[in-house]
Amino acid sequence: MVKIKVDTRGMNCPQPLVEAKKALRKIQSGEIVEVIGDHPESFTEIPKAMKESGHECEVEGEPNNWVIKIKKA
Amino acid sequence: MSEKKKMTIIVFSGDMDKAYAAFILASSAAAMDMDVTMFFTFWGLNLLKKGGLQKAPLSKMNMFGLGKMMMQKNMEDANVMSLEALFRDARELGVKMLACSMTMDVMGISKEDLVEVDGYVGAVEYLSHAKESQINLFI
Repeated sequence: MVKIKVDTRGMNCPQPLVEAKKALRKIQSGEIVEVIGDHPESFTEIPKAMKESGHECEVEGEPNNWVIKIKKA
Repeated sequence: MSEKKKMTIIVFSGDMDKAYAAFILASSAAAMDMDVTMFFTFWGLNLLKKGGLQKAPLSKMNMFGLGKMMMQKNMEDANVMSLEALFRDARELGVKMLACSMTMDVMGISKEDLVEVDGYVGAVEYLSHAKESQINLFI
């Protein structure tokens, strides 16, 4: 279930990633953060960074309009 | 999950643009769950002074602050975070900030002159972090 929603629309590098991570710190393992954004690089960078940390990611949309759901490991 | 990866950054420069590079890398690495240590020495220590982030000049074409104002305007237009916001986020994500005690002595900087840091240390303390890190940068 989505616990926190983060809207990063309009933000530039590295803020979407940082905001996603800040939200992840507030939830428990197994809970989900939903990040909405339009920064093209973050579309690929957030999933990459989250995978590094062992979190599961579900990506929807396109580079300039996306929703990434991150399940905390 | 494997053991946490580590990164250190020696922040030698007190320039605004280089500080951006340092803080962007530090907060991004912390967001990737890396253990990040920043060691502020020489001009870099000016960034840790109270109000120091606002005062940092551009490394090139500062033009007595005019160039910096233009850069700040461009950054605002591009929705790039301020140095202060980057610093706060790096802090919140657990980036460790160490001040070089030798530089403090040389430049006559007291602990009260600086924002809160995680330690006032020497080269050995930095090296003990660096030798366990996969990424070590000098900015």
